Amino acid sequence: MTAILRDLLRHNAEFRIGAVLVGAVLLLSVLASFSPYPPQDVYVVPPDLPPSPSHWFGTTSRGQDVFWQLSFALRNTLLFGCTVALISRLLALAIGLLSGYSGGWIDRALMSVNDTFIVIPLLPLLVLFYFVMRDRMSWLMLALIMACLGWAYDARLIRSVAMSLKSREFTETSLFSGMTTREILVQEHLPYVLPIVFSTTMNNMVWSIGLEVTLAVLGFTDINTPTIGGMIYWANQHTAMVAGVWWWIAFPTIAVIMIFIGLFLLAVSMNDYIDPRSRLRSVGRAS
Amino acid sequence: MGKRRYLAYAIRRLAQFALVVFIGVNLAYVITHATPIDPVEQSISAVTYYGNTAPAAIEQMRSSLRELYGLSGSPVEQYLVFWKRILRADFGPSLSAFPTPVSTLVTRALPWTVGLLTVSTIVAWGLGTLLGGLAGYDRTNRGLKLMGVVAMGLHPIPYYILALLLLIVFGFLWPVLPISGGSAMNLPQTLSVDFVLSVLLHAILPALSLILIGVGSWFLGMRALVSNVVTEDYVVYAELAGVQPWRILSSYVMRNALVPQVTGLAISLGGIFNGAVITEKVFGYPGLGSLLVDAVYAGDYGLVLGVTTVSILGVSVAVLAIDLLYPLLDPRVKVR
Repeated sequence: MTAILRDLLRHNAEFRIGAVLVGAVLLLSVLASFSPYPPQDVYVVPPDLPPSPSHWFGTTSRGQDVFWQLSFALRNTLLFGCTVALISRLLALAIGLLSGYSGGWIDRALMSVNDTFIVIPLLPLLVLFYFVMRDRMSWLMLALIMACLGWAYDARLIRSVAMSLKSREFTETSLFSGMTTREILVQEHLPYVLPIVFSTTMNNMVWSIGLEVTLAVLGFTDINTPTIGGMIYWANQHTAMVAGVWWWIAFPTIAVIMIFIGLFLLAVSMNDYIDPRSRLRSVGRAS
Repeated sequence: MGKRRYLAYAIRRLAQFALVVFIGVNLAYVITHATPIDPVEQSISAVTYYGNTAPAAIEQMRSSLRELYGLSGSPVEQYLVFWKRILRADFGPSLSAFPTPVSTLVTRALPWTVGLLTVSTIVAWGLGTLLGGLAGYDRTNRGLKLMGVVAMGLHPIPYYILALLLLIVFGFLWPVLPISGGSAMNLPQTLSVDFVLSVLLHAILPALSLILIGVGSWFLGMRALVSNVVTEDYVVYAELAGVQPWRILSSYVMRNALVPQVTGLAISLGGIFNGAVITEKVFGYPGLGSLLVDAVYAGDYGLVLGVTTVSILGVSVAVLAIDLLYPLLDPRVKVR
C-alpha cells in the first residue's frame, strides 16, 4: 500500500495535486475540534467583518467566524460524503459480486432492479422525502437514504469484473476445493475488485456531496447542522452577495471546489493506475 | 439484426420500463407513508395559515388529500386507490393554486423543462463528444490540450456556483441577457415570432450554464475512450496502410468509441430532472423544477407527488426511446 502511494506521488502529477487539495481540506476540517465556540451559536463575534488577521475569513451576518464555521461545515460535509460512500460501497460490492458470480436468474433479477435505480430521478425523490419528514430529517437519515439510492452504477461496474473473474481457473479450483459461494466472493474475488472500489468511492463522494449542496442550497436539508451547502443557504437568506459580504459565499465555494477537484483528480489518477496500459505511459513519460 | 431478435429485445426493454415506473411509484408511496407526521393536517394548516378559506373547500381538500395519501380504507385498499389515481394522472387540486388541478400545472410546466434540458443536454453531448474524440486522436494539438485542462477544472464545479457566476456576469456586470423567467412578461404565449425569440433569448443563460458543465465530462469521457481505441491493432494497421487520417478518425475510431457515449447520453437524459431543479430555481425558469421547489415551500403535497411521478415517467420514456432506437441506427450494438 505504501509502495503504491509512493509510486503515485512520484509519477502522477494529478495524484499529487489531488492529494494536496484533499489534504488541505482535511486539515481544515480537523481544526474544527479546536474551535473556541460551538458551531451552532450565533452572534458570538461582531457581524459582517471582512477578512482580517483576527478573523481570517471574515465573519457572517449571523455573527459567526467564517473560518470556524467553515471548518465545522467541512467536517460535516466530508463525514456525510464518507458515510454515503461507505454504505453504498457495501451495497454495490455485495450486489455486484453476487450478481456477476451467480449469473442466471439471480443476475437478471438483481440487474433489473439495478438498472431501475440508475435511471430513476433521485432529486425529486429526495425532495419528496424532505417534504414528508420536514424537521425530523437529520443528516444521518439523509445519508442513509442517499446510500440506498447511490449504489447502482458501481454495482454494474463491479459485476462486469466479477463476471470475468468467474471464468478464471482459480475460481474453479476454489469451488472444487469446497469453498462456499460466500467464501469465494470474500476471499478470492474481493481483492480483485478493491482497486475499482477505491476509485468509485471518490466519485460517489463527489456525487453525494454535490447532491447535498444542491438540497441544502434550496433549504431542503437539516440546515441547522452546519454543512457547506447550509452555509451557502444562510448566506443567501441574508442576501450576502448583494450586501457585499462576499467572503461568506466565497470561502465555502472555494472549499467545495477544492473538495470536488481534489477527489476527482484522485479518482482519475487511481483509474490510470489500475489500467496498466496508461500506467506504463505515465511512468515512461516521467523517466 | 433479425426482426425477431429485435422484437424480443424490445419486449424486454418494455418490461424494464414498466419495472422502473412500478418501483419508482412504489418508492413514492413508501416515502409518503413512512412519515411520522400527519401529512393531511400539515398540508391543510400550511394552506389555511395564509388566509381564510371556505370551510366547504377545506373539507373537500381534506377528503381529497386523505384519498390521495391513501389514508382511507384498509391498507390494500389504500394502495389500490393510490395506484388508480396515479394511472388516471389525477393528483387532485393543487393546494397552493387552489382549485387548479395539479395535472394542469404540470402540463403547463413540462414543455419548458423538456425543451430547455433536452436541447442543452444534446448540444453538450455533441460538442463534448466531437472535441473529446479529436483530442483523444490528436494528442499534440495545443488548443485541444488546453481544452482538456479547462474541462478538468470546470467539470467538478457545483452547478449552482457556475449558474450564479453567469448571473453575476451577464445580469449585473454586462447586462445584455434576461436573467429570469421563460419569456418576456408582456407577451401572450402564442406561436408569434416575438414570443419565440423571447423564449430563445431567455433560454440562453440557463442553457449555457448546463452546456458549460456538461461539455467537460463528455469531453473527458470521449477522450479517454478514443485514446484507448487509437492503440488498437486495426487502427495502427490502417495508419500503416495509408488510409487518410480523417477517415480513420471518423469511421474507425469515433464510431467504435461512440457506443458507451450513447449509453451515457441515455442515462443523462434520464437525469434531466435532477439538473432541472436547481437550474430553474436559479434562473426562475417556469418549468417542473421551479414548480417542485415552490410546491415544497408551499406545502403542496399533491403537486410534489405529481411532479415526482411525472419525472419518473418522463425519464423512463426517454431512456426507453433511446434504447429502442439505438440498435436500429447501429447494427454493432450487441442485443443482449
